[in-house]
Amino acid sequence: MNESFGNIFINACLVNNFVLAYFLGICPFLGVSGKMETATRMGGAVTFVMLISSLCAFGIHALLVAIDAPYLQLISYIVVIASTVQLVEMFIKKMSPALFRSLGIFLPLITTNCAILGLALFQTNKGYNLPQSFVYALGAGLGFTLALMLIAGLREQMEFAEVPRMVKGTVLTLIIAGILSLAFMGFAGLGNG
Amino acid sequence: MSILTAIFALGGLTLVLAIMLIVANKRLYVFEDPRINTVEDMLPHANCGACGLPGCRPFAEALVAGKVLPGKCTVSSDVGQQAIADYLGISIGAEEKKVARLACAGGTNVAVNRASYGGLSSCRAAVLVSGGGKGCFWGCLGLGDCADVCDFDAIQLDEQALPVVDIDKCTACGDCVEICPKDLFTLQPISNRLWVACKNLDYGDVMLEDCQVGCTACGKCAMDAGTLITMEHNLPVIHYGTAPLNDQPIQRCPTGAIVWLDDQHGPVKGREAVKIIRKGERAPGVS
Repeated sequence: MNESFGNIFINACLVNNFVLAYFLGICPFLGVSGKMETATRMGGAVTFVMLISSLCAFGIHALLVAIDAPYLQLISYIVVIASTVQLVEMFIKKMSPALFRSLGIFLPLITTNCAILGLALFQTNKGYNLPQSFVYALGAGLGFTLALMLIAGLREQMEFAEVPRMVKGTVLTLIIAGILSLAFMGFAGLGNG
Repeated sequence: MSILTAIFALGGLTLVLAIMLIVANKRLYVFEDPRINTVEDMLPHANCGACGLPGCRPFAEALVAGKVLPGKCTVSSDVGQQAIADYLGISIGAEEKKVARLACAGGTNVAVNRASYGGLSSCRAAVLVSGGGKGCFWGCLGLGDCADVCDFDAIQLDEQALPVVDIDKCTACGDCVEICPKDLFTLQPISNRLWVACKNLDYGDVMLEDCQVGCTACGKCAMDAGTLITMEHNLPVIHYGTAPLNDQPIQRCPTGAIVWLDDQHGPVKGREAVKIIRKGERAPGVS
């Protein structure tokens, strides 16, 4: 696999956006997209966890290949990612209370999110090396943040709009999400994705 | 064979991770003063932010750290503040009670509407349509965003659609200050009884067309008030704290725009102030 970094990034961020193209991580996408500020912070937390889990997945994969037990991939990914994020959370709490306050409450929420696990499985399937995995995780995280911020901005504006009562609330959010997803289809073909 | 590999691999993996987490839990343990939780339980849990901190938990942390005194929490009762002070062995640090004051007296019976606004019943929405329908650009729109936002039920609209603050219920949390699109609310120490209930910057006659109780910028209140009152941009500005307050300045006011706030009887106007008898709505052009 000799994909260039730019290709991997564009691919993960826009063309195959985790939320709007793969439909992974829908829970935070709908749950914490009511306000721009929380959406940005959630996006930051997801990007952070994705980078960590990408690193973990790379190490675990190498280990599993060494002992010839690739069928343990899924379960060990879950265990390792969850524990590592827990560990990092403790570390942040100790080292930087300010960072903990802004990211802290989101970290346990997303540790076992499907977007995180999806990232780990995809990068293994695609056979990325370490720097490629890193760029892939960064792209996926920023793509997630972008999607979250887009829908948060739209939802903030929609608060003031007069919409029929039957589509108010979750229904409207789902419709917006669908339209956004359609819009992201326009990126197909970019960067040979 | 492969089942053994699986058992050992996963067992070893989880064992390593468990040990790592146990060690981390011990080594990275963050000590938190147990008093913070106790103090937090004693606070009202309103999370209103009146103390200047983001919520009750940060306030409890600041209390335990000795950075603030319990009196800063304007929501908790005197008994509650005393309990916290006793628990931490500090003084209450009594603060003068502050309340929200409205700088407008233009109810529907004295202030005219230039346009009829029929949209969403919210001041913030009305103000988007060229500042709302009111004749006075600075005046209260009377749609009650402040009453809606008040967590303590301290603001009610009266018959003239003017918000009235119940000073016993008001905790000076500042929510109404923030929400008002015309910036009419400010938090004032309760002893600031001399009060200019107008924000209109127009000159007398122009202002009178819109409102009968606004400030005409005649300057009579400031005449012999010394440094206490100065006229700035067609409005009297009271410099609280520079001189003792008395109700002299309100007596010469022709419209009653400057008032003496009496806790029992509401705002008191001066002798010269024009008497308002009308209860219904004032139409444009009627004086």
